[in-house]
Amino acid sequence: MNGRPKIGVYICHCGINIAHTVDVDEVVKFASTLPDVIVARDYRYMCSDPGQALIVEDINNMGLNRVVVASCSPRMHEPTFRKTLITAGLNPYFLEMANIREQCSWVHEDKIAGTEKAKRLVESAVVKVRRLEPLEVKEVDVEPSALIIGAGIAGIQAALDIADAGFKVYLVEKTPSVGGHMAQLDKTFPTLDCSACILTPKMVDVANHPNIELLTYSQVEDISGYVGNFEVKVRKKSRFVDVDKCTGCGACAEVCRQAGRIPNEFDEGLGMRGAIYIPFPQAVPAKYTIDKENCLFLSRGKCGESPKCQEACEAGAINFELQDEIVEFKVGTIIVATGFDIFDARKKPEYAYGVYDNVVNALEFERLVSASGPTGGNVVIPQRGKKKKKKEDEEELGPVIPKNITFIQCVGSRDKSVGNEYCSRVCCMYTAKQAHLVKDKIPDAEITIFYMDVRAFGKGYEEFYDRVRREGIRYIRGNPSEIFKRGDKLVVKAEDTLTATPLEHETDMVVLSVGLEPRSDRREIIDILKLSSSPDLFYLEAHPKLRPVDTATDGIFLAGCCQGPKDIPDAVGQAKGAASAAMILLASGKVKVEAQTSVVDEATCRGCGFCVEVCPYSAIELVEINRAGWPVMVARVNEALCKGCGACSAACLSGSIQQRSFRDTQILPQIEVLGVK
Amino acid sequence: MSAEELTFVEKYDLLGCIQCGRCTGGCPVTVRTPLNVRRFMYDTLNEDLLEEISAKTEIWDCTTCYTCASRCPKGLEPMEVLIGLRSLQIEEGRVQPTVRDALESIFKDGNPWGMPRAKRYDWMEGLEVRVLEPESEEKTDVLLFLCCTDTYDPRVIKVTQSLVKVLNKAGVDYGVIGEDESCCGSEVRRLGEEGLFEMCDEENVELLNSYNVDRIVTVSPHCYNTFKKEYHGLKTPVLHYTELVAQLIEDGKLELTGQLDKVVTYHDPCFLGKQNQIYDEPRNILTRIPGIDFRDFDRCRERSLCCEGGGGKMWVESESTKERLAEIRVMDAKELGAEIIAVACPFCLLTLEDASKVKGLEEEMRVADILELLAEVI
Repeated sequence: MNGRPKIGVYICHCGINIAHTVDVDEVVKFASTLPDVIVARDYRYMCSDPGQALIVEDINNMGLNRVVVASCSPRMHEPTFRKTLITAGLNPYFLEMANIREQCSWVHEDKIAGTEKAKRLVESAVVKVRRLEPLEVKEVDVEPSALIIGAGIAGIQAALDIADAGFKVYLVEKTPSVGGHMAQLDKTFPTLDCSACILTPKMVDVANHPNIELLTYSQVEDISGYVGNFEVKVRKKSRFVDVDKCTGCGACAEVCRQAGRIPNEFDEGLGMRGAIYIPFPQAVPAKYTIDKENCLFLSRGKCGESPKCQEACEAGAINFELQDEIVEFKVGTIIVATGFDIFDARKKPEYAYGVYDNVVNALEFERLVSASGPTGGNVVIPQRGKKKKKKEDEEELGPVIPKNITFIQCVGSRDKSVGNEYCSRVCCMYTAKQAHLVKDKIPDAEITIFYMDVRAFGKGYEEFYDRVRREGIRYIRGNPSEIFKRGDKLVVKAEDTLTATPLEHETDMVVLSVGLEPRSDRREIIDILKLSSSPDLFYLEAHPKLRPVDTATDGIFLAGCCQGPKDIPDAVGQAKGAASAAMILLASGKVKVEAQTSVVDEATCRGCGFCVEVCPYSAIELVEINRAGWPVMVARVNEALCKGCGACSAACLSGSIQQRSFRDTQILPQIEVLGVK
Repeated sequence: MSAEELTFVEKYDLLGCIQCGRCTGGCPVTVRTPLNVRRFMYDTLNEDLLEEISAKTEIWDCTTCYTCASRCPKGLEPMEVLIGLRSLQIEEGRVQPTVRDALESIFKDGNPWGMPRAKRYDWMEGLEVRVLEPESEEKTDVLLFLCCTDTYDPRVIKVTQSLVKVLNKAGVDYGVIGEDESCCGSEVRRLGEEGLFEMCDEENVELLNSYNVDRIVTVSPHCYNTFKKEYHGLKTPVLHYTELVAQLIEDGKLELTGQLDKVVTYHDPCFLGKQNQIYDEPRNILTRIPGIDFRDFDRCRERSLCCEGGGGKMWVESESTKERLAEIRVMDAKELGAEIIAVACPFCLLTLEDASKVKGLEEEMRVADILELLAEVI
């Protein structure tokens, strides 16, 4: 290849897309006069089979060793023509594209000027192509295992799919149990399946699957490496319970001195637990955990004479000496399935959430209607935050059953004033479902739903909405503005916009249909994985339509609500998509890495680190080398991580970092032809 | 593009409205007047009808309390549409005589009360107050800006005099403008007199910038709001007196030695609370007064009920004969067991005091500015 360049130039008409504005014949004539150009040809569609065959033939017959294709954007057909070169036995990086369509014929009308511009573009490509060097496409092995962060329904589904395909899965969950928000739900719309009944078997499956290593009460601390070869560090928080010994009998929880005093997160604080607890009866793993902030022994060093839980545990599982454990492993691919938070209704003070006990959010209401919830499924007005002090209090008050229940939709969704412009997609339907459940439990209850639009877009959703309305649920079109108290009633101040009637609607209980938000701890994963966020602050997919489960980083995928609000079918669908994308990598076992990467001249690099800062892929690090007996810092590129974006070489002050195929010596002459000196 | 070149629909971003109804749902006057601000957001989309729509008398029912805007999920300000419609009426000269007189009086004498400028500082007689000189070399900490109601209204003058007592006691380095002081124009803008408001803006900014002071303190939340949000080019930071006084108490510069054994509630002025999120300072002051049993209204802070004193309503009589919001407010206070309704706004003081008289509660319930209560315990 070191001999004189023998260049072939191929000019495409692209039907009339190019030929309409560019005189192709004239460009061909011009190209054939350029130095080292052996042949210049045109063809109606260069990308077609016969078009490509022309190039292969010329390479074989004329001994061409460089090719310029003047056609469309390299984004479109560079991969096509690289394959053409490979077919002819030529290194694919001896190709240069001149974009005379998007950057010329499509944006100009004057044929004479268009033709002149096409000539310049072709000449600049010829100047560059003769300076190109052959590059080698490298492949790296893919570690045949996956990390999944988050064990809600999306994480669980993705884990099961990948594990069933025969690959090892590490499933990491922050809380003591898998299940996520879906485990908190009573029934699911629109089919009214019992949420726990369809979820629990999957929860058990992830625990029992031979290919899944379940790491609950654990957090990812650090991830390094690149597609196919990620190194993961996970902190297994101490439960202060030896999970190998714990039988889940619950004797400990019964005797805990804090029993019934700590709001249970799983019940959204409406139910109480002790310091040693299992979040809910079907929790997986069915192992107890001591919450060290609330455990008297761990937080104050003293729990009566001695901790009762320890005495009660026949298995001897409780061990206050247990420490956090760090686990390290390698995976080939990662799926982020960290889920969502519900909107904090306190951010809309006009609804007086947190002021009145009988204003609840929808997830609290879900726990109230759930048979496994703190009231055993009885819809009552919760006595929030009031610790059971005396027996008399309980007897005197008794549960208050609301006879008039009002739902308010779009709380924290479609609302710029709280920074959430998006629709949360699930609230219309879960509200209809909750209204139906109340009607079932309190048949004589009057139920009103205030809404602004009902979005029943999914399969069977509109039908369900129809059904619920016919059950006598009153839908009023108008989003309420304020809640206050009149006697023992709540007053919902709103307007019925269909009749333009301002209302003061009296009710016993208000349920706020809160929207879905990005998790408050979402930055932890962003910092570890360098993920991007969309303007709504959910994690950003690589392409909104065609790459909805991919991220900008190869080998890292998204599933479920961490990417945006979703109902269960969509979350499961996306999880299966992410699992499939991960399995493509795992099954092929190898991954090609970018060849047009950056390379550092260590003899001239000053080690300023500017390139390290600008690299969006964390592909560059500073290392110490020995230069003539002196230790100096220089930049070094991890070629497996480098995407060839060129940010480093543009930023480099000494010109020491260069991108292959885009070296200064290659692109400066090209730019000069275009008239920039 | 300047605001003048925008069409009505563009100026108020009416195409951004999704007709959700939160504006009308939250509007406090809907319980007593036919005003439905959401309908105006919808109907004015047809700009050919603007003249006809602006002739509807309910556009004058709006108190500009800002509840509609604070609840709008799309960040629109429905209240401004009503002000825009008022402007169309003002341009045509179709305006109630009381409003016309108030506006003329501001133009002529710098106050809406038809009083001569020379009498603006009569309240100061016998008090130790320094009148500041513009362009002074010597820096003063606080420039006290008094609104037209603080200076002319015989009832509100007592609040102003209490403030003087409080500031003197705390040893604050302050002064006033004196007779050159003019109306801030807050009500002018809300009555739709855009041109006159521009004049207030320009002249007051020039006047205020000429004083060598660290901060401006206002008594009225209406001046405060206008200075902070609607003036162009004001260089000095602006505080409401509750912010200053709360800090004085916090820093131990104002000792509360007396005792006030009363049940006290506090009415949030819309221009201080809903529009400027000053909720804590007034409460911090009140709860520091020895002896006070402080009880908040159920409808307090962001959910507070407007007293109907703003939006130029001091000069526009509503056609409604239904119970006034201020009357609902004093009855709520009575139910709460309050002996005193504390306020921090001259308009709230007047409307609530009037309502307590209408309800025959003046014997058992007192309406007082926080400053008056403070003056009694220092």
